[in-house]
Amino acid sequence: MAEGLPVAVITGALGSGKTTLLRKLLAHPGMGETAVLVNELGEVGIDHHLLRQVDERTVLLASGCLCCTMRGDLADELRELLSRRDRGDVPPFERVVVETTGLAEPAPILHTLLAEPVVKHHFVLETVVATVDAQHGLARPEAVRQAAAADTLVVTKADAAGPDEVVALERELGRLNPLAQILEVSFGDVDPARLFAGASRGRSRDPTSLRLLRSEGSGENENHSHQDVEAFALAVDGELDWAAFGVWLTMLLQSRGADVLRVKGLLNVGAAGPVLLNGVQHVVHPPEHLDSWPDGDRRSRLVFIARGIGRAEVEASLTAFQRAARS
Amino acid sequence: MCALCGVLLSDHWTERGGARARAFRVRLVNRVLAYYGLSLDDWSGAVYTLRDKKGAAAVVSDLGSLWTEAERMAGRPLDPLDPELVAALGDSRG
Repeated sequence: MAEGLPVAVITGALGSGKTTLLRKLLAHPGMGETAVLVNELGEVGIDHHLLRQVDERTVLLASGCLCCTMRGDLADELRELLSRRDRGDVPPFERVVVETTGLAEPAPILHTLLAEPVVKHHFVLETVVATVDAQHGLARPEAVRQAAAADTLVVTKADAAGPDEVVALERELGRLNPLAQILEVSFGDVDPARLFAGASRGRSRDPTSLRLLRSEGSGENENHSHQDVEAFALAVDGELDWAAFGVWLTMLLQSRGADVLRVKGLLNVGAAGPVLLNGVQHVVHPPEHLDSWPDGDRRSRLVFIARGIGRAEVEASLTAFQRAARS
Repeated sequence: MCALCGVLLSDHWTERGGARARAFRVRLVNRVLAYYGLSLDDWSGAVYTLRDKKGAAAVVSDLGSLWTEAERMAGRPLDPLDPELVAALGDSRG
C-alpha cells in the first residue's frame, strides 16, 4: 500500500483536555510541522502550525447503510489542505492532527480516512488518541465509543483527582480497551513520540497491540462491563479460512456493527506471517499482512470490545462458519 | 459501497484468489442464505443475483450490499450470532 501522510485523531469528551494536550504537543520540538483540523479556532493558538476549522457535517451517502456515514467536512478539509500545499499556499507538513468535538462519533471519522477515495489515497490513519478526565471518567456513551476506538488513552487532570481514583480509572480503562496503551499526562506534557508512531510504523508494529494479542490470546474471558461494554479475547487453533472469515465478519458487522466497538486480531491464514485486522464498528482498516509472527504461538487471536455480545456466542458462530467452509 | 466491502473486499479478497475464491465464497454464502430462504448466483463473475423463494430478485455488487439487501428481502436481521443459524450451519455439515 502506498504511504500517505499520517493523520492522527485526538478525541475525548468535552473538557477532558484535548486542546491542552494538542497545544502542548504542537509546542514540542519533537512534533514536526503539523496541519491541524479543529472545530473551534482560537483555543489552540499556535501560529506556525497550519490551523483549519472543520464545521462538523456528517454526510449519509445515498446507499444509506450505517457504515457509509462519511464526514464530508473532514474529507473537504483534507482535500483542501492537499491543494493548498500543492499550490504552495501553505508550507509542507508532515502530519495532520484532527481534534474532534467531545460529542464526535469515532467511526464516521475513521471511515472517512479509510474509505473516501481521495483521502485514502493521500493520507494514512496513524493513530487515535482519546483523552479521559481522571475526575469524570467515561460518563457518556460516545466517550465509551471514543475510548474503545483509541490506540492510546491519555488520562488527564490526574492532579485534580485522588490517587485511588486515578488507579481505579486506569484499571477500568484497561478492562474496557485492553488494546490501548494508557498514559497519565499532566497539563498536556507528553513526548509526541509516545503517541505518534509515524505512518510507516503504524498499525503493524504497534507493540502494545502485539503484546496484548499474545497475553490475551489465552481465551480467558475478561468479562468486565462498562455501560454493558465488554472486552474479550478468543483464540482459534489451526489455520483460519480467510474467505469464510470475511463472510462471517461482513455479516457480523452488518447486523451488529453498532455494538462491535472494536475488533482487532492476528489471524493465521496459512501465510508466513499473520494478517493484522483492526476495525471500529462498521469500519475496518485494510488488513495488513505481517512478515512474521511476534512469538511462537500460531493461533489466530481476536480481541473484541462489544456491547451486549458475549465471547461464547462469537466463538460458536465463528467456529460454525469455519466448519461450513471446510465441509 | 460500504467501508467493509470497499476496503476489505475489493482491495484484498476478491482480487486474491480470483474466480475460484469467488465461487467458493458464493457456495459458503449460500449455506448461510439457505437458512433465510434466499440464494445467491454469480452473474458472469461481475455481480451477484440474490433471490428469494417467491421469485423476487436483486442484483448486488459485493458482500456489503449483499447483507443489506438480504436483510431487506428476508424481512429480518441476518445475525451470524443467532444460535439457530449456528446450529443450522452445523447440521448441514458434510
